[in-house]
Amino acid sequence: MSTCCKTDRRYEELTAFIEGLPDKKGELITVLHKAQGVFGYLPREVQEFVADKMELPLAKVYGVVNFYSFFHMEPKGRFPISVCMGTACYVRGAEDVVDELEKQLKIKVGGVTDDGKFSLDTLRCVGACGLAPVVIVNGRVYGHVTPSQISSILAEHADA
Amino acid sequence: MGLYRSHVLVCGGTGCVSSGSQAVLDALKKGLADKGLDKEILVVATGCHGMCEMGPIVVVYPEGTFYCRVTAADVPELVEEHLFKGRIVDRLIYKGEGTVADVPHYTDIPFYKKQHRIALRNCGYINPENIDEYIARDGYVALVKAVTEMTPDDVIETVKESGLRGRGGGGFPTGLKWSFCARSAGDKKYVICNADEGDPGAFMDRSLLEGDPHAIVEGMLLGAYAMGASEGYVYCRAEYPLAIRRLKRTIEQATEYGFLGDNILGTDFSFHLHIKEGAGAFVCGEETALMASIEGQRGMPRPRPPFPANKGLWGKPTNINNVETWANVASIIRNGGAWYAALGTEKSKGTKVFALTGKVNHTGLVEVPMGTTIREIVFEIGGGILNGKKFKAVQIGGPSGGCLTEEHLDIPISYESLSQVGAIMGSGGLVVMDEDNCMVDVAKFFLEFTQAESCGKCPPCREGTKKMLDILGRIVAGKGTPEDLDSLQYLGTMIKETSLCGLGQTAPNPVLTTLRYFRDEYEAHINEKRCPAGACVELARYVIDAKKCIGCTKCAKVCPVGAISGTVKQPHVIDQDKCIKCGACAEACPVKAIDRR
Repeated sequence: MSTCCKTDRRYEELTAFIEGLPDKKGELITVLHKAQGVFGYLPREVQEFVADKMELPLAKVYGVVNFYSFFHMEPKGRFPISVCMGTACYVRGAEDVVDELEKQLKIKVGGVTDDGKFSLDTLRCVGACGLAPVVIVNGRVYGHVTPSQISSILAEHADA
Repeated sequence: MGLYRSHVLVCGGTGCVSSGSQAVLDALKKGLADKGLDKEILVVATGCHGMCEMGPIVVVYPEGTFYCRVTAADVPELVEEHLFKGRIVDRLIYKGEGTVADVPHYTDIPFYKKQHRIALRNCGYINPENIDEYIARDGYVALVKAVTEMTPDDVIETVKESGLRGRGGGGFPTGLKWSFCARSAGDKKYVICNADEGDPGAFMDRSLLEGDPHAIVEGMLLGAYAMGASEGYVYCRAEYPLAIRRLKRTIEQATEYGFLGDNILGTDFSFHLHIKEGAGAFVCGEETALMASIEGQRGMPRPRPPFPANKGLWGKPTNINNVETWANVASIIRNGGAWYAALGTEKSKGTKVFALTGKVNHTGLVEVPMGTTIREIVFEIGGGILNGKKFKAVQIGGPSGGCLTEEHLDIPISYESLSQVGAIMGSGGLVVMDEDNCMVDVAKFFLEFTQAESCGKCPPCREGTKKMLDILGRIVAGKGTPEDLDSLQYLGTMIKETSLCGLGQTAPNPVLTTLRYFRDEYEAHINEKRCPAGACVELARYVIDAKKCIGCTKCAKVCPVGAISGTVKQPHVIDQDKCIKCGACAEACPVKAIDRR
C-alpha cells in the first residue's frame, strides 16, 4: 500500500470508525459496510487496509467480501440502478424492464455506462412487492414500472 | 400528549413511502397548520397497513375512513372537506370491485374483513417510532407480567401451550426449542432474531420491523428471560434500511425506559440487544450460517448437531427465532397460551402472515388463522386475479416452496397440509400466477435463485442445482429430451436427501412440484417445442393476424432480419425460419395484429 493512502481523509474516517468499536471481534462485516459506504466500493487497497487494522489475514477479508453480494470490488455508477428480480416483480414483468434498461443504457446487468453515470444491477427482493415491478435509482424507489417509463425515469437523474 | 378530536394516520411503510407518502404527510401537516387545525387533529406516520398496492394509504380516525392512492395534490381537498367540514371525500375512498359497493370504512373492506391480526395488530395503528404509543396498546405489559409474576419455566410452558411454531419456515414448536436452550448449561446465552428475510416475494418481517419494532424487542426480552440469556442480536438484511433505522430508535427508547439494559424493571434480569446488518446472502437465513455471519465470517452452514441450543454463537447456547415468531410472543404471554391455541387447526395453532403478491388484484400482507383456505386468501381477501385472467397456480413458501394448482385451492393451510402436497409454509410468500406465466420458466427462475445463492460447501447443492438448471435451460430453449424429465426427478430427489442445510434440502421443490402438477407444460416444451403460456422467448412464435393487418408495412420496415414480407395494404406474413423473435414488429404494429404464441 502506498503511503499516500494513509493520509487520505477517507482512510482517516475508516480508522476512526474501527478504533471506536468497543470490540473488534466479529465486526468485520460491519467494518466492510462502513468502508464501502466511505469509498463506494472495496478495491484491494481498502481490503488490505481493513485486514491490517482488524488484525486479520487479507485472505479472510477477501473471502468475506466475495461471499456477500452486497460488497463489490468495482466502482458503481454515480446513479446506481437496481431492478428487483424477486418473485413478485418477476411474474409482473421485471425482466422486460431489465431488457429495456439494457437497451437504453447500452450496458448489460453488472455494467457501468462509459461516462460512469449509470450502473445496472438486479437484486433479490426489496420487500416492496405490492409495488411490483420495482426499480431503484440512486436510492429512490419506483413502483409499478413499465418499459415505457424507463426513459423518463432515467431523465430524472441528471448530474448536479 | 394533548387531546385531539381526530387522528390522521399516514402509512410510512416502505411500500407507501415509495409511492410518495412522505409528501402526503408533509402536506397534511402544513394544510392543518394553515387552517389552524393542528391543535385538534394529529397527523401520525404509522407502519405498514398491508395493502401496499393501494398506497399511499391515509386513515382518518375516529371514523376509520380509509383513503387510498392519496397524493399531496389531494391533501387540500381532504383537509377542507373531511377534516374541516366532516364530509368524506368520495373519490379517494376504496372502490369496490364488481358488485361490491364503494367502501369508506377500514374494517368493512374485504381485504381486511377476513383477517385476524395478532402479529400485525399494531402495524398501521401506531407510530412505530414512539414507545408511548406501543405502551398505550398494552406494550411491555407481558414483560412486566413475566418478570414479576412468572418464573422462566412458566413463560416456556405458556409458549408451549400456545402451540406457536417457527414462523420462518421450519415450523418447529417454539416452546420446545426454548426449553432446549433453557436446559443447556452455559455461563452466557444468546437469543437471536432472524430478520434476514431472504425469500423474494415475502415482506412480512420487513413490515413488522418497520411497523411494530417494540413487539419484536418485547418478544426477545421474554425469550431471554425464559432461557436465561443476557445478550441478543437482531440480524437484519442490509436491503431494509428503514427497518434498521427504526430498530435502532426502538432499542434507544426501550433502554431509556428501563426495558433493556441491566436490572430490568428493578429485577436481576439483564438483557442487552444489538443489531447486525447482513450483507446479502440468502443462505444466512439458515441458523448456523446466520451465526457465522454474526461472527463476521462467510455465512456458511455447518452440520448439526451440535445444535445452536448447545453450541451456538461464539460456542455458547443460542436460540434463534424469526421476526414473526418473536412478534407473537408478547400477545401470547399477555393473553395466555390457551387464547392463542384456540385459533387454527389441530397441529398448526394461531395465525400466519402471508405476503400475497403476483397476479392478484390486491397485493399485500394478510394475517389469517391457520386453516384458512388458499381460495379465501386469493379470491376473497386478494380480490381475485388481475385483469380477469384465469388462475393457474400459487407458489407458496418462496424458492424453497412449491407450486400448487386449482385443485389445491380448498386445502386449509397448515404446516402439515402443505407438506403433504409437496409445498412448505416457508415464510409465507404467496405468489399468484395466471395463464400467462409459464411454469417451467417459473421453476427455472426459482432454481436460478437458489443456485446462485448456494454457498458451495456441499456438492449435492453446488453441483446438483447447476445440473438441474442446465437441463431446465435446455427445455425452455426447445432443446429438451423426454429423458430430461427423469433426470430432473432423479437429481431433485437426490439433492433433497443429501444436502447439508435447508437451502439444498428444499431447492428442488419448485421443480419437483411443477413436474408433478404441470407435467404437460414440460412435455409441450419438449415434444411440441411450444410454450403453452407464450412466455419462453426462444419458443415464441410471432404471427400476424391476417384479419387485423392493414398492410401498413411498419412491421416489415422494423424487422432487423427481413423476415416479414407482403405488399402495401395487403396482410403481411412472418417467415418463421428467419424470425429471431425480437418482438420489434409487435411493438411497431399500430393495430396490434401481431401475436406472440
